Amino acid sequence: MWTLIQIELFKIFRRPRTYIAFAAITGLIGIIQFGLKLDGDSYVDFMMRDITSSITVEGKILNGYQVCYIVLQILLVHVPLLIALVAADMISGEANMGTLRIMLTKPISRTRFLLAKFMATVAYTLLLLVWLAVMALFVNMLIFGTDDLFLLKSQYVVLLKENDIFWRYVWAFGFAALAMTTVASLGFFFSLFAENSIGPIVATMSVIIFFTILSTLNIPVFNKVKPFLFTTHMIGWKEFFDIKVNEANEAIVGSIQNPQKIMQSALVLVLHIIGFVTASILVFRKKDILS
Amino acid sequence: MLYYLMQPIVSVTGLTKQFANLTAVQDLSFSVQEGDVYGFLGQNGAGKSTTIRMLLSLIKPSQGQIRIFGKDLQTHRNEILAQVGAVIEKPDVYKYLSAYENLKLFARLSGVKVTETRLMDQLNQVGLLHRAKDTVKTFSQGMKQRLGIAIALVHDPKLIILDEPTNGLDPQGIADIRNLILHLSRDLKKTVIVSSHLLSEIEQVATRVLIIDKGKKIIEGNALELFDPSQTIVELQTFDNAAALTKLQHSQWQKNLQPQRDAAILVKLDRKEIAQLHRDLVAMDIALESLQPRHSLEDYFLQVTSGNQHVDTYTN
Repeated sequence: MWTLIQIELFKIFRRPRTYIAFAAITGLIGIIQFGLKLDGDSYVDFMMRDITSSITVEGKILNGYQVCYIVLQILLVHVPLLIALVAADMISGEANMGTLRIMLTKPISRTRFLLAKFMATVAYTLLLLVWLAVMALFVNMLIFGTDDLFLLKSQYVVLLKENDIFWRYVWAFGFAALAMTTVASLGFFFSLFAENSIGPIVATMSVIIFFTILSTLNIPVFNKVKPFLFTTHMIGWKEFFDIKVNEANEAIVGSIQNPQKIMQSALVLVLHIIGFVTASILVFRKKDILS
Repeated sequence: MLYYLMQPIVSVTGLTKQFANLTAVQDLSFSVQEGDVYGFLGQNGAGKSTTIRMLLSLIKPSQGQIRIFGKDLQTHRNEILAQVGAVIEKPDVYKYLSAYENLKLFARLSGVKVTETRLMDQLNQVGLLHRAKDTVKTFSQGMKQRLGIAIALVHDPKLIILDEPTNGLDPQGIADIRNLILHLSRDLKKTVIVSSHLLSEIEQVATRVLIIDKGKKIIEGNALELFDPSQTIVELQTFDNAAALTKLQHSQWQKNLQPQRDAAILVKLDRKEIAQLHRDLVAMDIALESLQPRHSLEDYFLQVTSGNQHVDTYTN
């Protein structure tokens, strides 16, 4: 199995397409960093325009943690496309090249072959998330320094102490990895049904867009299905930045407002991953290779 | 060895593949003995590739059984495929990898540990040593085909399956493949199954031949005995074929006339009778443009695959 995973990783990282995602993340975060470094104060003024009369903030609002949060809010919506670029190509790309039939004439069971490919896809997804973390968190910490994290929610304001933030990002990136693995498993599943990667990529993104719209629409008839849509739970990483308060309305350092909600979301995502991978194996084991 | 003398290397029984409303292969049975170069012949769409893909477990049969090396393919897939090398239609490999990287990758997938020296030697055998480190996207079709063959052979398989291996090759490439098949069979004692829609390719290498049409077996047998070598078909081109045909229909040659193709007149006869036919044509005042004996197996092939007739299994 390990040999198969090694081979798949070797193939993934020898393809130029793989690096599009890394380049895109680097470029996008670079632009955000450049903009905020150049004109970050205006951005903060705009962000705080409605509350400056009631709150006085001391310290450096535009710090590395703040920029990282901004970056994640913007990018985690678009990263699925970058994941789909590779995941949706895993089987369809091989079918398109004609290499799938050669691979499957080798003495490897189809299940092992498929699992190795999925593992390699997950490894790629995790590496992309690690790169996102390096660029969005560590580089921003270097450029903008660190301070408390000030978050404006719709009904309230969250202020996290500097020493109570880093671990939250570690968990948030971990959760994001789970969410992106769900996207990868969906793209991987669709890649079984086509002989070029365009169809599965478009199908993956269409499902995500469709489900995201359903997840965000506040119409009662859709509320019953929302808990079952993986897109509803993909933004669960934000929950790590909601903190408990005591009776005096003071933040409890090291706490999370609703850990059960995070666990529930993680469970839904894991179930989706298991579902997509199992379905992929069942389909692939019976599939006639005609490419 | 005794084992293989008793049992064929490949034994196919009642193989059928149904795609929705299309029956691609119907009740096909054949066997391949050790050391055979088994020619699998049929026109495009006859069901050759579907059968070969079933032999390689790429396609699941709707019915029937495939036994290779005496074992059921369905239950011993990996064990069997470890001893099989295949080139299926186009030689598709990873274009962004070098020839060496492709070969190494597929060798690992075949479950064998091979040294760099062995890989380089394999590339040398197919004439690609000087391009070992070049990416495959810079290769010609012939070079890709040779790499495909190196990949099929890298794990030293006992059975080699080549599906339309000369597709898209120039005459030199076709000759190279032919020589390679003969080398594999004669020098390395491998068993080879080779499919083609071109009789000329098969007849030069095959020891046994299976002809299929519309998914059904037409005939299976020894290549040399599939046709009577004393019989042949001559193709007549005259300056007025219609008039010549009328004269022949009223002559002693009427019983020898074959259905016309491409406007030529076809006469089936004993090779010794060709001279007599020529004399009679002159006597009948038929102005002959050309008289050409056709290869009888080719003619047979065309006749059986276009005539939709089915012949019982040929047995030696």
